[in-house]
Amino acid sequence: MSKGFLKSSIGKKFVMGTTGLFLISFLVVHCFINALIFFNDGGLTFNIGAHFMAKNWLIRFGEIVLFAGLIIHMVQALVLTMDNKKSRPIGYEKIDGAANSSWYSRSMGLLGTLLLMFLIIHLAHFWVKSRFTGLPGEDANGHENLYAVMQETFKQLWVVILYCLSMISLSYHLLHGFQSAFQTLGLNHAKYTPLIKKAGVAFSIIVPLIFAAMPLAMHFGMIK
Amino acid sequence: MSHGNMNLTLKVWKQKNKDSKGKFETYDAKGISPDMSFLEMFDVVNEQLISSGKEPIAFDHDCREGICGMCSMYINGRPHGPKQGVTTCQLHMRSFKDGDVIVVEPWRSAAFPVIKDLAVDRSSFDRIMAAGGFVSVNTGNAKDANNILIPKPDADEAFEAAACIGCGACVAACKNASAMLFVSAKVSQLALLPQGKIEARERVLNMVAQMDEEGFGNCTNTGACEAECPKSISLENIARMNREYLVSNALSKK
Ligand code: SF4
Ligand code: FES
Repeated sequence: MSKGFLKSSIGKKFVMGTTGLFLISFLVVHCFINALIFFNDGGLTFNIGAHFMAKNWLIRFGEIVLFAGLIIHMVQALVLTMDNKKSRPIGYEKIDGAANSSWYSRSMGLLGTLLLMFLIIHLAHFWVKSRFTGLPGEDANGHENLYAVMQETFKQLWVVILYCLSMISLSYHLLHGFQSAFQTLGLNHAKYTPLIKKAGVAFSIIVPLIFAAMPLAMHFGMIK
Repeated sequence: MSHGNMNLTLKVWKQKNKDSKGKFETYDAKGISPDMSFLEMFDVVNEQLISSGKEPIAFDHDCREGICGMCSMYINGRPHGPKQGVTTCQLHMRSFKDGDVIVVEPWRSAAFPVIKDLAVDRSSFDRIMAAGGFVSVNTGNAKDANNILIPKPDADEAFEAAACIGCGACVAACKNASAMLFVSAKVSQLALLPQGKIEARERVLNMVAQMDEEGFGNCTNTGACEAECPKSISLENIARMNREYLVSNALSKK
């Protein structure tokens, strides 16, 4: 790798794309573990998953890497946005953006900022409690009861609404980001790119939908 | 042929020179035939301005048949106006309605400084080409054209990339003022052919370095460039350039 790589335009994009894909891989794990609540067994299975995630040293280490990846993704986005502002010091009087690109592809910064705000609230709801301030009581298996915290949190309607809206932001962020990452890495192929694009759309709809179903199902008593 | 002619209002960017601050001026374009091209409409307006002792609007043009890439105008929020796959010189006034207000601006990019009014300096593109957009060939007799066999699909793809006329609409359309589509077309047209492969590694590194040096923005894959390119240059070229760059960079000894 040459010295200027991380300063070059393609190098910076590369960092956005790879950290983005890494964060996507985290979403898969997160979604899978949390979907254990749908066993509807009072959270027993879910708490086993949560217990494993909290105690496994490999996961603990992964958490650090995850935060690092997230911070790099955000800082790089900020650097790129500021750079790009400089590339067009005088803007247009009239812009017809809808004629040539999707609104969400042009709004990744805004969507990302909304997701960051959500993330802060989300971490305060669950991560801070499970890691630092402690969880209330244990379940029948003697595991820390993160499930109870979920139930408590999602009793509030505003939280449920906020989570659902944030999942819409996530969906649009992914809708552009997923396939964009492959383009950035140069992974383009006549046969596979249409598949990647379809998989991206499916992922961007299904994963946020599963996440949004959690507060909804809990709030409206579909799972107890 | 006054039948069906249109009266339009133009809001055009006027700027004396590179260093002055410009502003919008409003002009009436009266009796415009729908069969005129957008540039011919400007000719009519300019003739009227000249005959009434006013300064005409400066704009770039040359071939007027969609092959030179000079006619840069950002029309009603889009480079080369409302039609897809055409340059301004190929845009006809029938794309507008009687009474329309048309806003015309120069390309906006730090790397394309305004020379005057709508004319911008695109020599940054020339410097990118000089950095690597060539193949080195020995002097002497020209080789037989079919000496090196090239698979037809490769030749076609290279040809499609070579259709780029260097107009800069991709930069103008991009919300980040990125030149990735142009540079990737120029990288691809050579990288796809055996003659170009020899210098491919260095070429992509040098051209991208020059592109960054010129102050173009960073691509975020919105695809606006591809949609607005008068020659429909494909985003696949950008993916190819990214790939070439990443590999060349990883293998670079510098
Ligand atoms: S890629 Fe298309 S829009 Fe960009 S300079 Fe070439 S012809 Fe013009
Ligand atoms: S004047 Fe040559 S392309 Fe329009």
